[in-house]
Amino acid sequence: MSGSRTTEVVSPDTIALRRPRLPRIAPGLLLAWAVILLALLWALLPWIFTSYSGTIGTAGQQLRAPSALHWLGTDQIGRDVYARIIYGARHSLTGAFLAVAVGLLAGTWFGLIAGSVGGWVDDVIMRFVDVMLSIPSLLLSLSIIILLGFGELDAAVAVGIASVARFARLMRSEVVRVRRSDYVEAAFGSGGSFSAVLWRHVLPNSMTAVVSLAALQFGTAILAIATLGFLGYGAPPPTPEWGLLIAEGRDYVATAWWLTGFPGLAVVLVVLAANRISHSFGQEPV
Amino acid sequence: MNAVTPVLELENLAVSYRAPGGWGRVVHDVSFSIGAGEVVALVGESGSGKTTTAQAVIGLLPGNGRRDHGAIRLNGVDIAPWSQSRLDGIRGARISLIPQDPGTSLNPVRTIGSQVAEILSLHHVDRREIPDRVLELLRRVGLSDPGLRVRQYPHELSGGMRQRVLIAIAIALEPALIIADEPTSALDVTVQRRILDLIDELREGHDTAVLFVTHDLGVAADRANRLVIFQGGRIQEQGDTASVLRAPQSPYARRLLADAPAFVKPATRPAPPPPRAGRAAHAIVVDGLVQDFAQGGKAFRAVDGVSFTVPWGTTHALVGESGSGKTTTVRSVVGFNRPSGGRILIDGTDLTQLHGEALRQFRRKIQLVYQNPFASLDPRQSVADIIGEPLLNYDKPSTAERLRKVAALAERVGLDQALLARKPQALSGGQRQRVAIARALVLDPQILVLDEAVSALDVTVQAQILGLLDDLQRELGLTYLFISHDLAVVRGISDTVTVLSQGRVAESGPVEQVFVTPTSPVTRELLDAIPGHRRDSSLPDIAPPSLEGIRP
Repeated sequence: MSGSRTTEVVSPDTIALRRPRLPRIAPGLLLAWAVILLALLWALLPWIFTSYSGTIGTAGQQLRAPSALHWLGTDQIGRDVYARIIYGARHSLTGAFLAVAVGLLAGTWFGLIAGSVGGWVDDVIMRFVDVMLSIPSLLLSLSIIILLGFGELDAAVAVGIASVARFARLMRSEVVRVRRSDYVEAAFGSGGSFSAVLWRHVLPNSMTAVVSLAALQFGTAILAIATLGFLGYGAPPPTPEWGLLIAEGRDYVATAWWLTGFPGLAVVLVVLAANRISHSFGQEPV
Repeated sequence: MNAVTPVLELENLAVSYRAPGGWGRVVHDVSFSIGAGEVVALVGESGSGKTTTAQAVIGLLPGNGRRDHGAIRLNGVDIAPWSQSRLDGIRGARISLIPQDPGTSLNPVRTIGSQVAEILSLHHVDRREIPDRVLELLRRVGLSDPGLRVRQYPHELSGGMRQRVLIAIAIALEPALIIADEPTSALDVTVQRRILDLIDELREGHDTAVLFVTHDLGVAADRANRLVIFQGGRIQEQGDTASVLRAPQSPYARRLLADAPAFVKPATRPAPPPPRAGRAAHAIVVDGLVQDFAQGGKAFRAVDGVSFTVPWGTTHALVGESGSGKTTTVRSVVGFNRPSGGRILIDGTDLTQLHGEALRQFRRKIQLVYQNPFASLDPRQSVADIIGEPLLNYDKPSTAERLRKVAALAERVGLDQALLARKPQALSGGQRQRVAIARALVLDPQILVLDEAVSALDVTVQAQILGLLDDLQRELGLTYLFISHDLAVVRGISDTVTVLSQGRVAESGPVEQVFVTPTSPVTRELLDAIPGHRRDSSLPDIAPPSLEGIRP
């Protein structure tokens, strides 16, 4: 019982409490954040990354392969592809943010109401959600955009509406889980009104999983908006939106691969980064 | 020490866990031994290193743990340096483990029979003998109808039956040493007693040594030949059970003994306050309460005509096994269930007739403290927000006024002011329960309902919380409705008691009358099952824990 008096007594409980506080970021996650940060900087301050214009070409520079002058080559009317990707980030990211915002707000609201009110309200909302989920999301956004009319914002809103059902279903299951917990009952027991308990306890404790889905949906939305742009339902030319870039370059795939390859790579990297970040939210100890 | 080689002998065992700042030692130079047919209990609070020591013996330390030095001798052979694959040969065969939680220790997708058979086939028992051996084992651990049980899945069995299956697996190969890690903490007192009796019988039949890990000194006192008392990873004291209990040498053992509810003689109860004008005669009157639940299309009667009254300023205990209807009764009393029949008068108002806003206003008078302080506090709120939240529902005082009240209440329940900014996960179980009590008191209720409010806590913390509740009752004249399966705790805190069984009142009366001259067989069985009961007579009187100076 004498012996090592100098060693600090550390109970297993203490260790378990301490461990999650250490910020230990995986290199992959760091890279993912770097990609997203770069894309955001492109969207906010495109002019500091390139001196070329995103929409006006240079005469006599058509369809040049990547070189020191045009890092990622030029397109059929002499526009710098690197500049177009950078200027396009604003359109693609704004669209994705708008789409996620629409899906997150509407989906959270519907899920919260369905999960907390219950009864026939729950049945009506969730059967509607089931119908939405049974339609492939691209088909759903195409139908919505035909109702809304073509355009950049309309494409984003359409993608957003198509994702409402996913958010609503996840939110409802989280709300149902949280509603059963002792602390929610305790809040009712200490006189909390229905709306006060929803706002103070149910909403904050249900949001973790939903925020993680939002990050995942961000990547999906970029892809979906690019798809709509590619099909011609999104932003009109000459907007340098990423999907539109790929669509415009597809006639030259055989002769000028850089027109489709580099915008495609930009989409892939941002989507992968968003997925990786969303995965890290899921692992975060609450 | 005996001349014969002990079954298990630990010498200067030290274990460390990897922590962010390097290795932290959690078990310091532990030495003890167990002879054949002997039961040695490792007793201590959570985090004291008792489970880690037991895990080290069977070579199952978690991935971030390591043995620093020390010998673990099984029948004289040091197995500490053995590899995992070499240990596999003796685990189950010569050392076996009865795990803590019967709910999660069986594979839910495999039948009972196949799980018992697995241990036999792993250790190369003749394939043709296995089915008969499995049936024989299930019969030996006292499971009725073994032929049916082998085909059943774990979810079809009760907790006590599952624990019997785990015991059958542990004794399958007649090991020399059984490690029982809190084998009954998840079970009711009466089931606990039957399981402990079973372990005793099996030990006597085969001269098996048992290493018994428990936080419950009462259980250890009943069952062990020798006690090893752990605190902070060190042995504080070890010796014969009787001598440790009679004359504990170390201060920690004395503290533990004083806190164990089983050894505490009933405390003096405060006299009920004089009747106050404008109040009904009784704080709580429950009259013919009936509660039906729809279960698979047909009605299931959980509570069947329960009646009791609680005078102002006293403590009434509701006691019973799980499934006896006590939790359902309580949920009706605080207004979470709408009863199918009967009346509940709180301060003369019939709760069952209240709806909506009237019910919400009524909740100020009666507050509930939950069993599990880990689930009843919102993990995202700070302690100050948790305690102050009920105020927002009624008077809506200014922020400064609210924080002042929260700080005053935190002091009253013995919470350090520095904790108020923290989140619940940074608090210990005892601190969390203090937060829950403070939240219940912030509205100045007259009645507090305590649903197993100390069952999830270590004995020492439990004694502190009970002391706090006693202080609060004296200072504020509170009325308590105290729900517990632990009769030893009930005796120390209650004035009157109602024993429930299968939704009906089995017995009711003043606490001493029910304890000393029980009339119902249900009460007698519950009383017999209290751990520490067996040795009660051989013990000197221990004063109830002093109520001063126990706040941290």
